Amino acid sequence: MTLTLYVPGAGVVHRLPAGVKLLALVVLAVALFALPSVTAAAAALAGVVAVGLLVARLPAAVLTRQARAVVWWLLVLLLVHAVTTDLRTGTHVALRLLTLVLAAAVVTATTRVSEMVRVVERLCAPLRLVGVRPARVGLAIAMALRFIPVLVERADRIRAAQAARGGTARGVRALRTTVAPLLVQVLQMAHDVSEALDARGADDDPPPRRRSPEVP
Amino acid sequence: MRFRRPGAAPPADDVADPARGIELRGVGHRYGERVVLDGVDLTLTERRVGVIGSNGSGKSTFARLLNGLVVPSEGRVLVDGLDTRTQVRAVRRRVGFVFQDPDAQIVHPTVAEDVAYGLENQGVPPDERAARTAEALDRYGLAGHADHPAHLLSGGQKQLLAIAGVLVMRPARVVFDEPTTLLDLVNARRVAELIAGLEQQVVVVTHQLDLLDDFDRVLVVDGGRVVEDAPPGPAVAAYRALMAVR
Repeated sequence: MTLTLYVPGAGVVHRLPAGVKLLALVVLAVALFALPSVTAAAAALAGVVAVGLLVARLPAAVLTRQARAVVWWLLVLLLVHAVTTDLRTGTHVALRLLTLVLAAAVVTATTRVSEMVRVVERLCAPLRLVGVRPARVGLAIAMALRFIPVLVERADRIRAAQAARGGTARGVRALRTTVAPLLVQVLQMAHDVSEALDARGADDDPPPRRRSPEVP
Repeated sequence: MRFRRPGAAPPADDVADPARGIELRGVGHRYGERVVLDGVDLTLTERRVGVIGSNGSGKSTFARLLNGLVVPSEGRVLVDGLDTRTQVRAVRRRVGFVFQDPDAQIVHPTVAEDVAYGLENQGVPPDERAARTAEALDRYGLAGHADHPAHLLSGGQKQLLAIAGVLVMRPARVVFDEPTTLLDLVNARRVAELIAGLEQQVVVVTHQLDLLDDFDRVLVVDGGRVVEDAPPGPAVAAYRALMAVR
């Protein structure tokens, strides 16, 4: 399992600042909803695919993987609209959603997590006034992306260990027998990670107004 | 550029004295009622120091004392004259720490980002940060993995990444807490060679006794006390004798 979708590259899309790409994504989303035209949505989809494949030079698999992930949602939307409104509206809604999903895929595939995190930190900068440390917010996001796959791996390991000892629980019961040991491991890991953060100077970023006291 | 008020105390690093090494003065530590270290008095100035002992003997706590991750219940720990109790940030900038489990030490999703993390904390400018990160990745055999998700690396690569993330910060001393325990023989050898090649003072807590062959000094910790303090040969022999009667 991977939450990191970045595909290394040196093209113009990769070099664009993360803030610009995210802003473009927002503008695209607003435009898609502002223009009530199926043709415009189809053109936007074609444009996004062209930018992804031809300008950013992403492998087609990056886009098809994302499209596959939402294909059932799109079909359901199409079906619901075909029944409740009309097929044209359903097509329009599905095209909008697919365009946005692929545009987001292009942005994440051409932008390092650290660049995204820095944008979030900049957006959070005004929150310093109420004592929030933007660097901490950014670190939390990066760590979430880092540790979700680790936790999935640990959960798999627990299930494998239970299966190796004859555990046959499935469904809700399996969830229960996995959650307790996983929670213990997560708490242990949280302690270890906090030590590692301390050891790597995570606390060397004091808030500008109020300096936290030294650890006793 | 930072300006200091006239008469203000100098930054902690200004008063550091590298010649003093690591000093433990009357150090004891307890978790609740349980005493894990007791009466430790040592000065560590040798380039290669090993720490061995059975599970639960107190050696990991000993290691954590050296960069202020644990503050002693009694006594003082000084690194280059800096007290881990009152100057912990300055101490941590001087003493890198590599943990047993790299999964708990790698905090960023991709390899290069994780190596750069400590440099960001040190306030290293972006250009220098990128250059030092690239150099570290190259030096530790991770250059081809810069943008790879960290969790997809092998166990050996993860440990190398954890080590790179610490060494890129250029600490004057490095503490390793069982760095080869989770590794296979090939990766354990790579890490051992890496440690052997370091210019810094190194303190290694380990169960892998052959890692200590070329060390200058080995401490045997048992029941929270340093029961042997000698070159590797006699120290390892004393440790084996101690374990033989258990």
